[in-house]
Amino acid sequence: MATATEPIDEILKRGYDAGFITDIEQEYAPPGLNEQIVAFISNKKNEPEWLLEWRLKAYRHWLKMKEPRWAKVSYPEIDYQDICYYAAPKSKDDAPKSLDEVDPELLATYEKLGIPLHEREILAGVAVDAVFDSVSVATTFREKLAEVGVIFMSFSEAVQEHPELVKKYLGSVVPIADNFFSALNSAVFSDGSFVYIPKGVRCPMELSTYFRINAAKTGQFERTLIVAEEGSYVSYLEGCTAPMRDENQLHAAVVELVAHKDAQIKYSTVQNWYPGDENGKGGIFNFVTKRGLCEGERSKISWTQVETGSAITWKYPSCILKGDNSIGEFYSVALSNHRQQADTGTKMIHLGKNTRSTIISKGISAGHGQQTYRGGVKIMRGATNARNYTQCDSLLIGDQCGAHTVPYVDVRNSTAQLEHEATTSRIGEDQLFYCRQRGLSEEDAVSLIVNGFAKQVLKELPMEFAVEAQKLLGVSLEGAVG
Amino acid sequence: MLKIEDLHVEVDGKLILKGIDLEIQAGEVHAIMGPNGSGKSTLAYVLAGREGYEVTKGSVTYKGRDLLEMSPEARAAEGVFLGFQYPVAIPGVSNVYFLKAALNALRKHRGKDPLDAIDFMKLSKEKAALVQLPDELTKRSVNDGFSGGEKKRNEIYQMAMLEPSLAVLDETDSGLDIDALKVIADGLNTLRSPERAMLIITHYQRLLDYIVPDVVHVLIDGQIVRTGDKDLAKRLEAEGYAEVRDAIQP
Repeated sequence: MATATEPIDEILKRGYDAGFITDIEQEYAPPGLNEQIVAFISNKKNEPEWLLEWRLKAYRHWLKMKEPRWAKVSYPEIDYQDICYYAAPKSKDDAPKSLDEVDPELLATYEKLGIPLHEREILAGVAVDAVFDSVSVATTFREKLAEVGVIFMSFSEAVQEHPELVKKYLGSVVPIADNFFSALNSAVFSDGSFVYIPKGVRCPMELSTYFRINAAKTGQFERTLIVAEEGSYVSYLEGCTAPMRDENQLHAAVVELVAHKDAQIKYSTVQNWYPGDENGKGGIFNFVTKRGLCEGERSKISWTQVETGSAITWKYPSCILKGDNSIGEFYSVALSNHRQQADTGTKMIHLGKNTRSTIISKGISAGHGQQTYRGGVKIMRGATNARNYTQCDSLLIGDQCGAHTVPYVDVRNSTAQLEHEATTSRIGEDQLFYCRQRGLSEEDAVSLIVNGFAKQVLKELPMEFAVEAQKLLGVSLEGAVG
Repeated sequence: MLKIEDLHVEVDGKLILKGIDLEIQAGEVHAIMGPNGSGKSTLAYVLAGREGYEVTKGSVTYKGRDLLEMSPEARAAEGVFLGFQYPVAIPGVSNVYFLKAALNALRKHRGKDPLDAIDFMKLSKEKAALVQLPDELTKRSVNDGFSGGEKKRNEIYQMAMLEPSLAVLDETDSGLDIDALKVIADGLNTLRSPERAMLIITHYQRLLDYIVPDVVHVLIDGQIVRTGDKDLAKRLEAEGYAEVRDAIQP
């Protein structure tokens, strides 16, 4: 039976579908990082003085910080002076005012990615904010959203149009000095999305952002801020891809969510950054800080992520459950194939009474992939009757990969109830043979089994994203799902 | 339909099948009986194309083609079905979803349009009734948490859905109580047809009380030592395999 895993290995060696490079003129900042570059970015964006100061403060903090190395990932030293901190597609005049003014090549890029803006606009009713390298190129559906008072725009625009909101909330969940990568992001972030849902409004459509790193030797540092006022609801989706390049590219984003009393934020990610080739050459280093604050009573934040890309993933979307009776959820599917390494999980920090959190993590390792679930559940003294349920399952494909589980628990209130379940399984030759005997190809069989494994998480995604994620899981492991 | 000639098979370097000759025509039901370790399941797996079973000599011709050249899924597409002795569970994948994927893969191979969800569910209801498989089980994850009897009924339900030309049923009767056995036998009898051949592998003859075979073979130590009609099965039950074994020893 020595040959049993070989066909799987074969299928695992498929290509990366989003790895094309778009040929458009780019405007760069010179490589390297210093106070001038920070000022250059701020100036490019025509930012107010306070924001420049904020960036510089972050930069000075960052200089004193050390890159964290506690995660179970290994990668070469990053030379922060060899990275471009700003790259924008050069447009003839000013920023595009509508889709018609967007560079056709750029639109073709999204077309290739399967997100035709025009079509999405009309068919799916999804408002898309597309961030290409550092600048947000087009925001659709803005007018329709404005009718109900929802603000959905690029971060740069929000700085110009709603400075008071940005000033109030920026850094309120992830402080400047929170960690090395968030400090770096705070200093050099170039764009991202801003969402504000007013009191009592249920956002009438799914809000969606696509990120893509196109330029070589460029880092992407986007900043997303979502504020949901009392009794409001929003579902936000982000998707990410990058072209295939031999060198590694850095992505260090910060996402902050604030949910006030009775508000709900649902944040979904499908991450498909270039993972590098099968020998581990190239690929995105993904160091992301995502955190949500359940500020008010009965507020709820739920993170759903499908992580199939990136050479290195370092990401822990977390919830601070401050309001009494607030709820935090984390649903994750992470897949590492070839030489990919993922260290991902969540932190649930219970401060308020009767706060509840749920963690469902599904890790899939294939090839030489390494997968670590790292989770922290903290029940603080005031969190009477807090509850947490954690489930982490690992699925191994082949015998060269690894899965690790590192759950931290810190309970300071004796009324807390915590449950933890974990399983590890392997796709068996017997399962594959069973499927093939019924007529499914080996690829379809792997895909079927993997999607079955991930189903608990995939069902949390909005419908059209779930289909996309299901396909992506299939594609990341082989050809396509039937 | 199926012609096996001088088939020799090794597993992990050990010779298990030592020259099998067997011919099955469309519409026939053959039974293979034999004690544990005689090579019954090996024969089933070789016909279905499982890896790790090395054919060192001989041939298998199915509908005039070399069966051994084909991948497991190609064999399935050509109408070979294996009812597993120990069906595996696939957590998270619903039985109907799995079967719809399988059925449409087979239909595609046969140049037919895929069945849509409504037609599929209609067909599924009809076939599930054949083995009294509760609706609830068709929606649960494949074999996940099924009892032994439910798994076996699920195999026959799948067979009914996929409509194979050649069904190889590996100890479909093992672990069943008498009522379940009757249900399965009734299902299989309904599935008998002039176009379909069945190869029923069993340890005991009790299944053969309900599904009367056209031909019975006795497999011992990797060889077919006796071939006869349904009475052979009855004699075996009365006398035991030891008698046959003794009779063939030099």
